[in-house]
Amino acid sequence: MRDFAYARPSSVADAASAFAEGGEAAFIAGGHTLLPAMKSRLRMPDTLVDLGSIPGLAGIAHAGDTLTIGALATHASVASDATVASAIPGLASLAAGIGDPQVRNRGTLGGVIANNDPAADYPAALLALDATVTTSTGSHAADDYFQGMFATALTDGEIVTGVAFKVPQASAYAKFRHPASRYAVVGIFVARYATGVRVAVTGAGPGVFRWAEAETALSADFSAAAVAGMALDSADLNTDIHASAEYRGHLAGVMLGRAVAAAR
Amino acid sequence: MQTRLTINGTSQTHDVAPATLLVELLRDDLGMTGTHIGCDTSQCGACNVLVDGIALKSCTLLAVQADGASITTIEGLASGDTLHPMQAAFREHHGLQCGFCTPGMVMAGLEIVRRRGHDVSAEDIAHDLEGNLCRCTGYVNIIKAIAAGAKAMEASNA
Repeated sequence: MRDFAYARPSSVADAASAFAEGGEAAFIAGGHTLLPAMKSRLRMPDTLVDLGSIPGLAGIAHAGDTLTIGALATHASVASDATVASAIPGLASLAAGIGDPQVRNRGTLGGVIANNDPAADYPAALLALDATVTTSTGSHAADDYFQGMFATALTDGEIVTGVAFKVPQASAYAKFRHPASRYAVVGIFVARYATGVRVAVTGAGPGVFRWAEAETALSADFSAAAVAGMALDSADLNTDIHASAEYRGHLAGVMLGRAVAAAR
Repeated sequence: MQTRLTINGTSQTHDVAPATLLVELLRDDLGMTGTHIGCDTSQCGACNVLVDGIALKSCTLLAVQADGASITTIEGLASGDTLHPMQAAFREHHGLQCGFCTPGMVMAGLEIVRRRGHDVSAEDIAHDLEGNLCRCTGYVNIIKAIAAGAKAMEASNA
């Protein structure tokens, strides 16, 4: 890695200042995406601003129809938290399937969504669970927040502080995971609300997106039978060495059926 | 940058460049070569150490990020010539072939005990080892060793 300056502020305001004064600066939380990118010199920040010592950003709370999770909550803490398991079991099982145990001990919710890898798991949960991303300067609805591959509504220096998820009647996440990276080849998050069903797709395309056809079918009849044989149009999907666009389109239908069957 | 760490019970302060990974500090600066670097891409788990009791991949953690933490490495497990029960179980059950992945496997074993307790099934051990690679493919005996080590730790209060 190229050398850089390192700052460890103890408040969100100090972190924003350190970023503004740090030249080409980057925030780091768990670092499980950023450090590998820095090793390969895809990222070469002048200054790393470590958010890990800011108190109060790792809490989990359930009030009314909202589950709030702090940006610094690790995947392991979300996976094992009793409040998450009772409010949104689909979210707990998603967190339990990210990476491996040691990665889950370090990776954070805020880090994942600030990076917005097109094959990451959490973006599907935020989009299906109609979440709101809270930041150092305001908030963003998930529908507006994710803007394609590694792109978000965050402005330069804006810090994710937490996520408020709308608690559904039932939900589940099903992913076909890449056996080496554990990222989603295709991942589907399904959430059923009194007002209708939301379905989000990750891994398949250049960024997370909602699947309107599946939402319409499931809002009318929330059953695996209602979406049997459904597949995504492959025109806008990814082709790479792991899977063709056609294969991903088909997998999306299979994962959709599994998610609906597992929803609780 | 002045970085204060407790390593295997010994409190110490080191002047560390921010770009230094924890595993580089341990191996290159402190000569503690028990912790291995297999892939350097967070895949293989050969670099697992305990940070405040929780297993992390020390190739994906800056030493300065661990400031104030207590680190346990493979060198910190035995007491004198007496192996830690998890180490003893790896020897007893032939839980290693070439031995390169072994330090990370032993630390992963301790992590499994921390999360799942002493009576852990082979299936759960296999699942929880997904972040540890053995290129000799000696997983069967590694799983046996961790199951036995978990029970032995309970018996010895380790």
